Amino acid sequence: MSFVEYGDTIKDGDTAIVFLGHESMFPVKVQHGTVTQTKYGVIRHSTDLIGKKYGSKVTCSKGGWVFILHPTPELWTMNLPHRTQILYSTDISIITMMLELKPGSIVCESGTGSGSLSHALIRTVAPTGHLYTVEFHQQRAEKAREEFREHGVEHLVTVTNQDVCKNGFGVSNIADAVFLDIPSPWEAIGHAKSALKAEGGRICSFSPCIEQVQRTCLAMEEYGFTEINTLEILLRVYNVRTISLQIPDLGKAAEDNSSAGFDSSNPSNQGSLCANLQQGTAQFKSGVPLREMVGHTGYLTFATKS
Amino acid sequence: VSSKEIVQQLIENSTTFRDKTEFAQDKYIKKKKKKYEAVITIVKPSTRILSTMYYAREPGKINHLRYDTLAQMLTLGNIRAGNKMIVMETCAGLVLGAVMERMGGKKACYGSIIQMYPGGGPVRAATSCFGFPKLFFDNLHEFPLSKVDSLLSGTFSTESLPSEPEDNALVEEESNGLTDEKQTSLQEAEEESTTEATMEINQTEEQETMDVNAEDVEFKENKEKENKENVREKQRKQWERRKKLIETAALLREKNADGLIVASKFHPTPLLLSLLEFVAPSRPFVVYCQYKEPLLECYTKLRERGGVINLKLSETWLRNYQVLPDRSHPKLTMSGGGGYLLSGITVILDKGKSDSSNLEALKMEEPSSKRCRIQDLHC
Repeated sequence: MSFVEYGDTIKDGDTAIVFLGHESMFPVKVQHGTVTQTKYGVIRHSTDLIGKKYGSKVTCSKGGWVFILHPTPELWTMNLPHRTQILYSTDISIITMMLELKPGSIVCESGTGSGSLSHALIRTVAPTGHLYTVEFHQQRAEKAREEFREHGVEHLVTVTNQDVCKNGFGVSNIADAVFLDIPSPWEAIGHAKSALKAEGGRICSFSPCIEQVQRTCLAMEEYGFTEINTLEILLRVYNVRTISLQIPDLGKAAEDNSSAGFDSSNPSNQGSLCANLQQGTAQFKSGVPLREMVGHTGYLTFATKS
Repeated sequence: VSSKEIVQQLIENSTTFRDKTEFAQDKYIKKKKKKYEAVITIVKPSTRILSTMYYAREPGKINHLRYDTLAQMLTLGNIRAGNKMIVMETCAGLVLGAVMERMGGKKACYGSIIQMYPGGGPVRAATSCFGFPKLFFDNLHEFPLSKVDSLLSGTFSTESLPSEPEDNALVEEESNGLTDEKQTSLQEAEEESTTEATMEINQTEEQETMDVNAEDVEFKENKEKENKENVREKQRKQWERRKKLIETAALLREKNADGLIVASKFHPTPLLLSLLEFVAPSRPFVVYCQYKEPLLECYTKLRERGGVINLKLSETWLRNYQVLPDRSHPKLTMSGGGGYLLSGITVILDKGKSDSSNLEALKMEEPSSKRCRIQDLHC
């Protein structure tokens, strides 16, 4: 297994995802002799995991079962240990497309944080590209290096522990794209420009506050960036549910012939109602929005170096 | 007269300019500049540019797939170098191009793509706009939807390839049984990308007109030779196409694709139920639909089928902003809808127990309890 290539069988040393059910999963490091506790019982790595195909159902000791999934950056984003607030796949998707990333791209990123975006960037630029990621916090930088090693992608990424606003990304004139997720991105625009290739490079800055965005846009203009564009993207998830609504009792009209307040003989009504008319309910399938949804993550500002 | 002078003149001539606020003056100048300053920027085509262009200008051709929705598909589907992807789209080839871009290096595509197509042949009008090098298309295969059922039921013809066709009659018999190839050749003739077919048709037309006028015997002899050569060309082409079809069928039959992307005008349910059969377990799939309701049905049918987990129905909401000092706000117009996505992950399909899929469905619906702590994972 690798975060940049699919494998079929679970091997010793892999990072796999244990899927228990609706929105419930966690990552696991596969190791001979180790045992993993779940609410459905115990999973023994040597017998239950190693050698099995990814996508297999594994029965745990108490009888319940789980699915073992091949890791992907998206699954990792949903399950990684948070050291900082992370970027989720919705923002990551639009960032990837707007920065025009593809195999072979050279990308610079700061800050590395918990490595959520980093894993996604590495996946996209593999096998011939490279990610230069800068993290100000020493332990986080070290933890990131460790994870990239464990996930078999260390050859595609360079982690540098420094302040990007003071010392830049450590490379010049080679990056196809630069991404900034730092408190004061306007202080790093100059460094971003020098890291980017001569012409056509793309930049993206992610900021939760509009004031940060304003200062960053000004800085981008000052440094000669063009096509400056700010947007935000939100995800709306729908739960698929079968809903039953009661038909109200509107009483009976004077004559006996009419049915209880509802004209079921009208052909246009028959089409929209399912069974249970006798019981006074109407059933239909609906995509129900979640009670609470993410309202804001941050503003994304893109520009081109020309 | 330079554009600067024009704009200056317009400002001087305007009766209301002086009375405008500073911001309004700024806006006025920007607007006039845009009109009179003819500056053209030449940009390299990319998914970003083509998807935004298509959405703005020809949304009907791409089933109103908004560019941020396309971006989600590429990421949710884990589109990357080295995959074996199945793509089914009727978006003029835009989605195919986007997938190819995410799988392609400098010269060639890493991995392979099988494009499923309705009718006579795949549409790749938008794909050609990406400007991919020719080698990119070496790993791109296509397969007709009309053969999917036979492939799944095992009745797809797997007879060994004929040797180089010599007998005219033999080829005609075979070609009668393989109407797809003929349709493909007709379809290809209509497409811009195939110049050979166009030449073929030109030659045939030339023959017809020459037929009428020919009186010279030598001329007739040469024409007959040409005739035979053209027939051989056609036969060779049919043979090539048939060979490719069998090769692609073999690729599909391996049932080990790394992912499935669907974005078409067709109802998604039958497409998913059949095409998922070609996908390996523990792989993502993403379906786009302009409307929500068909995806509700698709979700339900997939639950009944089993072999899929982590089903999610979603849409993205996109808002552009104007950011100027003291004038920052969302832009005035916003896209009402960019379509819906249904995504999930395949798992090994347990065809034995009939209860299990229902149990799984029930399990999938239960509310998520607190996350399990694992003792052996050191965070």
